[in-house]
Amino acid sequence: MFLQQLINGLTLGGVYALVALGYTMVYGILGLINFAHGEIYMIGAYLGIIYLGLFTVLGLTESHLLLSLFLAFILSALTCAGYGVTMERIAYRPLRKAHRLSPLISAIGMSIFLQNYVMLTQGASDKVFPHLFSMEAGPVRDFPMSPIQGFIIAASFLLMAALHFFVRKTRLGKAMRATSQDKTMAALCGIPIDRIIAITFIIGSILAAAAGVMVSIYYGVVNFYIGYVAGLKAFTAAVLGGIGNLPGAMLGGLLLGLVESLGAAYISTEFKDGFAFLILILVLIFRPRGLLGEKSGDRV
Amino acid sequence: MTAILKTRLKQFLLLPLWFALLAWPLMGGAGAAQLAMTLILGGLSVWGIWSLSRTAGFKNIIVAPTRLFPLHFLRRRGDFFKKALTGCGGVILIILPLFLNNYYIDILSLAALYALLAIGLNITVGYTGLLDLGYAAFYGVGAYTYAILSTGFGLSFWLGLPLGAAVAACFGLILGLITLRLRGDYLAIITLGFVQITYLCLNNWDTVTQGPNGMMQIGRPALGSFVFRTPIHFYYLISVFVVLAAVAVHRLMQSQIGRAWIAIREDEVAAEAMGIDTTRIKTLAFVLGAAIAGVAGVLFSARYTFISPESFTFLESVRILSMVVLGGMGSLPGAILGAFLLTVLPEILRGLTNYRMLIFGIALVVMMVFRPQGLLGKRS
Repeated sequence: MFLQQLINGLTLGGVYALVALGYTMVYGILGLINFAHGEIYMIGAYLGIIYLGLFTVLGLTESHLLLSLFLAFILSALTCAGYGVTMERIAYRPLRKAHRLSPLISAIGMSIFLQNYVMLTQGASDKVFPHLFSMEAGPVRDFPMSPIQGFIIAASFLLMAALHFFVRKTRLGKAMRATSQDKTMAALCGIPIDRIIAITFIIGSILAAAAGVMVSIYYGVVNFYIGYVAGLKAFTAAVLGGIGNLPGAMLGGLLLGLVESLGAAYISTEFKDGFAFLILILVLIFRPRGLLGEKSGDRV
Repeated sequence: MTAILKTRLKQFLLLPLWFALLAWPLMGGAGAAQLAMTLILGGLSVWGIWSLSRTAGFKNIIVAPTRLFPLHFLRRRGDFFKKALTGCGGVILIILPLFLNNYYIDILSLAALYALLAIGLNITVGYTGLLDLGYAAFYGVGAYTYAILSTGFGLSFWLGLPLGAAVAACFGLILGLITLRLRGDYLAIITLGFVQITYLCLNNWDTVTQGPNGMMQIGRPALGSFVFRTPIHFYYLISVFVVLAAVAVHRLMQSQIGRAWIAIREDEVAAEAMGIDTTRIKTLAFVLGAAIAGVAGVLFSARYTFISPESFTFLESVRILSMVVLGGMGSLPGAILGAFLLTVLPEILRGLTNYRMLIFGIALVVMMVFRPQGLLGKRS
């Protein structure tokens, strides 16, 4: 029972962590809470089901399950990247110098728009998809992990490792770090700020899309409002780890997933969604910079 | 020439095609093609009208007739004009319900209720610059306080009103004390968590709030033997509170407290350096805003005699916030105007019910990009 909940929590936590990374990267560079990020994740989940449905019709899932899964990942990541970069261009870039409440409200508007856009195009009812993977406990005997859970945990860790490598070791990653430290100085050094910000949105959207596709095959059901709650929880995870801090977002996501599934199992199922907010409020009161965040003084 | 052609091509062909490409997987081929055509034709016609309006001939047609009327007189006496306009608006709002049927009066009284909420939220968001995304929680606390006291103990409306306000204010005080040392975005998020937790409690604490079923048969207000029953009664009752709140806030803004709020919004560190007790003044803004929301909540309960947690969600907070933003943050007439516009306009656009929230979302973005100060706000 405990092991089972632990694995459920890790699965959920991997998904939260991937979405949380998008929040934390954008916050680190723009100082903006990208409220619409959860909707990108929701669109990714829809696209996962749509593309997999397409492949099923084409007969690809039957013959090449892993290939079709991989293709669905790539395609929905590309589409979501398009959504993310367009969103940045329309709703955030014109407001970069505006009062700090303006981009936040614009982001809320974007989130409402995307939710209703998906609701109008895909319908308000749940979209259900047959499970492609067996949900039974997996290949290892007496170990309560289904193949899909193993897949999600592995894939999310792989993506996180890839992101860490990208940010730490590549030139683009270095440019991103420089931009998040000081935009003006980075621009003076010849870093194309606008392009770096666009790339940040693209990477965040790709990770969110991956999380969305994984959730859609895990639960086999999506709805247009899943982005809102998932987005809030992922944001909580980002704050828990220390917003703007990449390893923090990963840690925060995993911890939140664990707390939620253990809390739902041992404390209360009804208030499952409340744990995240309780943690959020406690963290903000007692340690606003998060677990791994650095203390920053007020800039005058 | 080629450069212009290139930008035009980009604007009117590639951009619509890009949107259509993005929409393709979700809308399907036909839908995406339709979207592309609409965007291309729409873009071209808007461009056409815009370039036409810049030609001299067009300007003469539109502008010349206005020269006949000495409108500049009004501009010179802008202050007088403004007062006259506000007065006319007020008189119309007082007389109008006498000529309308119950359905429209109902919408107007809802608009008045939102005006009260917008006035309250404007204190925190507009004047003090604290982004409160959880305002609906205070509204809900006020509504449920009265509902519980009325159904459980038969408390009268006139006692429930101050109690609802007081309980909501207490919640505001608690939230304020624990959050106000945080800045900006964190505050926004914590208030968001607060509205979410409040909703969860209202929805799951069955023994007290009856959960998702909501509370029924809440007592109506009465004055002596006169019971407030029809929409028009409630319209005037709510309007009295709107006027009271508006006058109170207006007078507060002339006082030391009002100036302190503005100072905190403009520069908190500087305000603190000038000797303003920022924590106390910010908490005061929170508590006052919450109290007004509590009053609005009690009025809401009494008006509909039925409430459920669905009326007090995050989306409700966003709705009130967009009224404040639309009218202009930090503008009292703006808040009232925003509330009336955002309540009445959706009713006029009733045929577009499905697209209402979609348009609402776009409107928020467009508003922020092109006129962040709102309709009546001042650019800072």
